Amino acid sequence: MKAKVLLSLILLCGGLAAPLARAGDAVPATPAVPPACELPSYLLSSESQLPKVGEAIKSGKPLEILVIGSRSTTIPASEDASYPARMQAILKDKLPPSEAVHVSVEIQSKKTAEEAATTFVKLMEAKRPTLVIWQTGTVDAIRAIDPDDFRGAVTDGVAALQNAGADVVLMNLQYSPRTETMISVPPYLDNMRVVAQEHDVPLFDRFAIMRQWNDQGQFDLFSPSRGPELAKQVHDCLGRALAQFVIDAAHLGPAQQQN
Amino acid sequence: MTIADQVTGTPIAGTAGAKPAEAKPRAAAPAISLPAIGERELRLDLFRGLALWLIFIDHLPPSVLTWFTIRNYGFSDATEIFIFISGYTAAFVYGRAMLESGVVIATARIMRRVWQIYVAHVFLFTIFLAEISYVATSFENPLYTEEMGIMDFLKQPDVTIVQALLLRFRPVNMDVLPLYIVLMLALPVILWSMKWKPDLTLALSAVLYAVTWEYDLYFSAYPNGFWAFNPLAWQLLFVFGAWCALGGARRMSRILASPVTMWISVAYIVAAFCVTLTWYVPQLSHLMPKRLEQWMYPIDKTDLDVLRLTHFLALAALTVRFLPRDWPGLKSPWLRPLILCGSHSLEIFCLGVFLAFAGHFILAEVSGGAAMHAVISLSGILIMWGVAWVISWYKRVADKSGAKPKIAVGNADMAGGG
Repeated sequence: MKAKVLLSLILLCGGLAAPLARAGDAVPATPAVPPACELPSYLLSSESQLPKVGEAIKSGKPLEILVIGSRSTTIPASEDASYPARMQAILKDKLPPSEAVHVSVEIQSKKTAEEAATTFVKLMEAKRPTLVIWQTGTVDAIRAIDPDDFRGAVTDGVAALQNAGADVVLMNLQYSPRTETMISVPPYLDNMRVVAQEHDVPLFDRFAIMRQWNDQGQFDLFSPSRGPELAKQVHDCLGRALAQFVIDAAHLGPAQQQN
Repeated sequence: MTIADQVTGTPIAGTAGAKPAEAKPRAAAPAISLPAIGERELRLDLFRGLALWLIFIDHLPPSVLTWFTIRNYGFSDATEIFIFISGYTAAFVYGRAMLESGVVIATARIMRRVWQIYVAHVFLFTIFLAEISYVATSFENPLYTEEMGIMDFLKQPDVTIVQALLLRFRPVNMDVLPLYIVLMLALPVILWSMKWKPDLTLALSAVLYAVTWEYDLYFSAYPNGFWAFNPLAWQLLFVFGAWCALGGARRMSRILASPVTMWISVAYIVAAFCVTLTWYVPQLSHLMPKRLEQWMYPIDKTDLDVLRLTHFLALAALTVRFLPRDWPGLKSPWLRPLILCGSHSLEIFCLGVFLAFAGHFILAEVSGGAAMHAVISLSGILIMWGVAWVISWYKRVADKSGAKPKIAVGNADMAGGG
């Protein structure tokens, strides 16, 4: 009898948990977002903040953003459609026209987090960005780098970027259902979340966002198509989401936004 | 076939008279004692079958059914159940063999079992290779050029295949069998040591676990990294299973029956549930104290985190308490599929891994959304059930027509905790 009660309790809790998790689904990020890009708001919010970005915009200084990433930060042969370029466009749109926004991209293909982090000091001296968006984890997951070493490398990298005086956003891996049986992603997602928590850095959860789109049927990420159309659309949505994420984490009031 | 088949034969001298339910702890008895059961322990099969189903569902991309797997409600998951029960049944079968036929014979049988598991692993690897080669040649979505870098190993099949045979190259979802192979290789030593000092063996196992954590010991893998399930840590659960099978469970029965244990377990499971809830309902995550998060995360599966281990122990304690051995429900036809799958676990485990590959493949080819997903999960489970039924039919009917005694010995190995 007791066992039955326990079991039904567990099942009940399970049943409650499922609808709760979807409670936020209906809320679009902003009214202007195309329907394909819609996301529940929790995927775009972070407790951590970007004080330097907020300051720069409030005081009218130019916003210099550096995106450091591996090959999933670009689309081969159509860089203009990749998410950093899209983010720049959206930010320019949303921020006051007086605000100068410039996004530069540093692609470090086939480099692990550790290898990428060694370049950070020089890179920061050369570019002096207000905000660095560091996309990492994919190469480490493919090469099955020890997750502890990975965490150490990301920690060092984030510290280096912060010491150079920039705000940091971490971006994790893509959701790639085709290679799910081949690349073990969870340890790298978990460790990036841990580093983000420890260093109070906003984490842009690209994996969860793309999975949401796939599960809700907005994009078919299983598609084997060779054309760049799908990639362009996904990057457009990622750029929009990222722009929104940055604006929210910088705590910009309506006064600093166009809409 | 079933443990019962060989167990019913001759009860061991020291335990012949004792009925399992009334057996009292025997201080002066031989160091290990096997419960004299006339009947197969159905709870083991039930939960192993359950673990196999859950592992299968966990290996598929998340769907509605994923909400029924226990990893969503606490720290531990089906792997813990599988390894613990494997240790239990392996010790039960081969411990008996060791007492009856001696160390050499028992070791020989264990080695034959290891070979079977190894062959099963290589078989699964072949299927994996076919799948990955197919994806490599047919999938060129520019969104994922980077992820396709995983195919680079296909450029060196000579090295990769040899490394796979050495168990150093293990694709995702193929980590359990190598772990199991290593644990079974160690089983003769474990059993031999348990024959003399079961508690000391368990203590040594715990020491090895602690040393592994302290000095960060691991099994290296190819091309780099380490085994996703560290055998040096996971052995603790396996040895604990063996220890329980060889009389430990009975000696612990007073602890298990105490209400204190029960309430501690309940409290821990509820706490773990609340923590996991914050993973799935991100709106709640701000309720988690930061201190606690920093202390707790990451919860390490590779090295069998203490939080996972204790969560499994709490679950096990409650299960043993609320699900008595003679619970009539165990005989109900509703649980029959689970029990059937649990009693042919090696075959069904391999089938589950294969079906997960196949399921991924179908989902990729025909994107049918959630409905398709549920259909695949359910039909996978039905196939597992059907195959388990066929296997038991073979063992019950087809194989039994020959020489009986010989088969019985063979069956001892087939049941060997696999």
